[in-house]
Amino acid sequence: MGTTVVFRSCVAFTCASFLAALPSLDAGEKTVARVEFNRDIRPILSDKCFFCHGPDAAHRKAKLRLDTEEGARVIVGGKPAESELYGRITQVEGSKRMPPPKSGKTLAKNEIELIRRWIEQGGTFQPHWSFAPPKRPQVPVSRHPWPRNPVDEFVLAKLQALKLTPAPEAAKVTLIRRVYFDLLGLPPSPAQVKAFLKDTRADAYDRLVDALLTSPHFGERMAMYWLDLVRYADTVGYHGDQEHHISPYRDYVIKAFNDNLPFDRFTIEQLAGDLLPNPTTDQLIATGYNRVLQTTHEGGAQDKEYLAIYSADRVRNLGAVWMGATIGCAQCHNHRYDPYTQKDFYRLAAFFADIDERGAFKGPDQTPTKRPPEIAVLSPIDRAEAEAVRQQIAALKLKPNRGDDLAGREKLLAEIEKRKSLTMITKSVKPRVIRVLHRGDWMDTKSEIVDPGAPHFMKPIGAKGRATRLDLARWLTSAEHPQTARVFVNRLWYLYFGKGLSKTLDDGGSQGDWPTHPELLDWLAAEFTRPSLSRGRGAAGAGEIPAWNVKHLVKLLVTSATYRQSSLESDAHRKLDPGNRFFSRQSRYRLPAEMIRDQALAVSGLLADRLGGRSVKPAQPDGYYAHLNFPRRTYVADKGLDQYRRGVYTHWQRTYLHPMLRAFDAPTREECTAQRPISNTPLAALVLLNDPSFVECARVLAARIIKEGGKSDAERIAWAWRQALSRAPHEREVAALARLYQANRKQYADDRAAALKLTSIGAAPRPADLDVAELAAWTSVARVLFNLDETITRN
Amino acid sequence: MDSHEMTRRAFLGRTSIGFGATALATMLPASLTGAQSADPLSGLPHFAATAKRVIFLYMSGGPSHLELFDPKPALTRMHLEPMPESFTRGQPIAQLQNARLRCFGPQFRFRKAGQSGQELSELLPNLGRIADDIAIVRSMHTDQINHDPAHTVMNTGTQISGRPSMGAWITYGLGSECDNLPGFIVLTSAGGRNPQPISSRQWAPGFLPGRHQGVEFYSSGDPVHYVRNPPGVTRAQQRQTIDAVRELNAIRNEPLRDPEIDTRIAQYEMAFRMQTSVPELMDIASEPRHVREMYGVTGADGSFAYNCLLARRLAERGVRFIQLYHRGWDHHDNIVNYLRQCCGLCDKPSAALVQDLKQRGMLDDTLIIWGGEFGRTPMVQFKGSAPGRDHHIRGFSMWLAGGGVKGGVTYGATDELGYAAVVNPVHVRDLHATMLHTLGIDHARLTYRHQGLDMRLTGVEPARVVDEILA
Repeated sequence: MGTTVVFRSCVAFTCASFLAALPSLDAGEKTVARVEFNRDIRPILSDKCFFCHGPDAAHRKAKLRLDTEEGARVIVGGKPAESELYGRITQVEGSKRMPPPKSGKTLAKNEIELIRRWIEQGGTFQPHWSFAPPKRPQVPVSRHPWPRNPVDEFVLAKLQALKLTPAPEAAKVTLIRRVYFDLLGLPPSPAQVKAFLKDTRADAYDRLVDALLTSPHFGERMAMYWLDLVRYADTVGYHGDQEHHISPYRDYVIKAFNDNLPFDRFTIEQLAGDLLPNPTTDQLIATGYNRVLQTTHEGGAQDKEYLAIYSADRVRNLGAVWMGATIGCAQCHNHRYDPYTQKDFYRLAAFFADIDERGAFKGPDQTPTKRPPEIAVLSPIDRAEAEAVRQQIAALKLKPNRGDDLAGREKLLAEIEKRKSLTMITKSVKPRVIRVLHRGDWMDTKSEIVDPGAPHFMKPIGAKGRATRLDLARWLTSAEHPQTARVFVNRLWYLYFGKGLSKTLDDGGSQGDWPTHPELLDWLAAEFTRPSLSRGRGAAGAGEIPAWNVKHLVKLLVTSATYRQSSLESDAHRKLDPGNRFFSRQSRYRLPAEMIRDQALAVSGLLADRLGGRSVKPAQPDGYYAHLNFPRRTYVADKGLDQYRRGVYTHWQRTYLHPMLRAFDAPTREECTAQRPISNTPLAALVLLNDPSFVECARVLAARIIKEGGKSDAERIAWAWRQALSRAPHEREVAALARLYQANRKQYADDRAAALKLTSIGAAPRPADLDVAELAAWTSVARVLFNLDETITRN
Repeated sequence: MDSHEMTRRAFLGRTSIGFGATALATMLPASLTGAQSADPLSGLPHFAATAKRVIFLYMSGGPSHLELFDPKPALTRMHLEPMPESFTRGQPIAQLQNARLRCFGPQFRFRKAGQSGQELSELLPNLGRIADDIAIVRSMHTDQINHDPAHTVMNTGTQISGRPSMGAWITYGLGSECDNLPGFIVLTSAGGRNPQPISSRQWAPGFLPGRHQGVEFYSSGDPVHYVRNPPGVTRAQQRQTIDAVRELNAIRNEPLRDPEIDTRIAQYEMAFRMQTSVPELMDIASEPRHVREMYGVTGADGSFAYNCLLARRLAERGVRFIQLYHRGWDHHDNIVNYLRQCCGLCDKPSAALVQDLKQRGMLDDTLIIWGGEFGRTPMVQFKGSAPGRDHHIRGFSMWLAGGGVKGGVTYGATDELGYAAVVNPVHVRDLHATMLHTLGIDHARLTYRHQGLDMRLTGVEPARVVDEILA
């Protein structure tokens, strides 16, 4: 076999054998009709062999690579016994045995068996799925009543192959609560639940989804996720971790999702908005993306060292956000599992070499510090208002009697302009020289200089002259790009089903998980970049759907029958699809940190649901910033409505993230986070039990229970239950809370001073007209509601 | 994988902080705990451990090895003479960028201590008394020359952010032996020069599950965030509240049979226990006077002495990894004065901790590590009112004691001016490998799959267990 890599057409995606049971089900005894390189063999070879026999030529042993057809030289198709590969892996011991003992890797029996069968069946290689452009596969046709849209056809085809039936549709009350959290990050109000339950039209749910997609809270919820990816934070991260100016960028992200800015434009504006002709303010704000990484002005920091650190950070993030690739591995050496070379890494770094910045910034040691270039901008709301006032002024100027009116308007305009805040932007300057740093060493001044370019094995960028960030962004968002769309739709899937079609949201490479539904993933990617479905009745009106349409994809997913399933597991589910890999039911998982906070605020009625603006500081324990310095920091919590804003606006201090957010697994945003872990710890329990912000929500809800909840204890309990959990309580649930209420009522009647203490926590006024013992006892009930597993679980 | 297996995995995957596999194995029916070959934690410990826990006394800022552990008469002779370029050419440098580099003779004398005759600074008389219990490593070196990234290297083995800290790795590997405290606890004190910031990323879990994070205990305010009941809520009422939560969660779980809900119920119980165990831990009133005097503790004041006493109390309760930061060792200027202050605060309690553990028979299975993120330059830095030393990464000193470490040993050496580790160099990775080794862990086999790679504390570069200092 020659040394050129001959990539076959991407047969993996259409191969019917996919519907056979997957060997990766861990059930060795399951029969597999046909072994397939990409699905069955590549993961084994990648994990056990690529480290020495993979894409990294510099590290390759015996000049053998097994990630491409070059590996065919150790294989005799159809004849395992004559194949050197098979001979080596079946050696019991000795120097010929592969993998060698010192690698710490061993092949399991069933892995060896799979390799044997693969060779027996011909031993053909395939290019990696995530490097071939997605093609739109045929949608399976089931003629089954269950599917509501093509998504379901793909899911059903696989379930049928596994002899599984989908779970029944979730109860309406479960469904509305689920879709509210998923699309808005907030629970539905009891009135919204009631209206939905009463709506018996066949398309009631679709109408609900349409309405939610026009809510401004949609953008906030999507931003929560996007900000994790781009590692958005309000502070510089390194050393003194001072504040930097960036919150307008967050508002840009919220607005982009609300306006359904096509994802290709969203990408272009963030990476290269400054390079667009006559960029708008929004497009400049968007380029804050390039600046939101961690930076330093620590005393001994060297400019060149930190320029190299920022450069690598940007390549890691670019790779993680758009390409789902662990390119960061190639900073010091060629990637050992994927074909990225070290040179590829630095060619990507070279795209960012024109960004106007310093490695070691000048400071000062104050907070906020300075990170030029920055511009002063108005929030989107203020900008709209200023524009309206400007038009009024222009109109007034045409009138003869304009006197006081004009002066008043001009004064108003001046006041609005004062609300401008600074934000970091990208400015392009003469590109710095980028070298392929030997082992990533920033002091290297001798190695090869590189120009910007795509990874060598991918479609070239094809710019005239030196390629720019704009060329990079356009390359990423070309419809043939193998990664951008797949990576994004996989993550959308994760947002609505709890895990991706490929479980590894941050690694679509060789070491990543093979997707459970590759055809569906590709179909979604194609539908994202080139929509084929016509627009149904909906908020945006009929007609052709534009490309890279996020809301179109979201709607497709959340209106599918797959999404609408119950999460309740039958015994058959537990047996045949134990990890719910095939989406035979919905998933149940704890809400993200921000939603837990937002829900408590919303349910109590304290939530200030204003959109956008500077980041805010809710209460936190005193002394939490004691180890910060340059300058020393005293946290001053915001007052008034700003204490009650959604979590997405919380001041994000990288080195000391708010303890509530931390306890519920919000990331510090030093690196891209595509999937937050979900922990279940006593520290989280302590937050919900004792954090004054949650106690305040509880006692404010308590006052509403008394005032709005009806007369009897049972009525009030049922009312409160609906506020927190959307559904009506069962008898036993009411009884448990009634007992608690009665006991607390007595205790607080005997100790009114304690009742007064409890009901004075937080800044919200305590209604003076309510009996303090009664209020305290209902506060105890409300605390229980906020602590229930069901309350903080998306179902 | 059957559903029981899934259940077990979900359960093991998301339980309490540091409440790891060891403890859980005893709680689950034997049928659910069958070993799995794919589990990176199977086979742990990899061999017999000599230490059950670690106390890391982290001298944040970078103590000067040249005044404390590594006497250099040649440097005294060359005091204020130009530093030979042969030492410094092409080497990274921090605040002395563009400065004329001149030697700076050690500012304090050394004395021989103990039967072993270890050489220690006159600033460390108490340490001198336990000289025969400690192993001094004079040949440490690291990769990063500024505090923040150097801390990250010392704690996570790399300067790339987002990686787990060593305490998180250890509780991930070994779990905790304590059911009412976290497995990884951090305490912080200050005193000396203007303290450098320290980030919570230094005890972060990185990509490991959140329960492995280091939990910071505070000496003022709540010792752990939100560990006190809300004002106006008695312990009995808190119990009632948690009972109601438990009852309702259990009702919910009847149809669901979701192990995650069982775990949550267990976590609320642990939280309730912590509400008692944490204040009890922090209250040192029950410690006899002679013990308090031995450490030099005057009260619950957040001093390094108080924290050392707490470290012993934590060790007694089975906490796996205890890390004490003392922030004040960044002596760019006025090194004479600041070293006196820092040693005055840290010498006695450090020695007392070793002695106290020894007299309780706990030194044998407790590994103590003492040192900072780097050392200081043999070159002088003129800054402020009196001279000091800049950051230095090519050679510095640390000491270890207990947990299978040989006492009375000095290991490795720097060159004649104390610049670079030249005899038996010990990289931070080697220190990590050695620490894990005492805990019965082969550093190459303690792995966690992240972004498709089997990550480990010691990374991909070679790391060596420093057998020579192990008994």
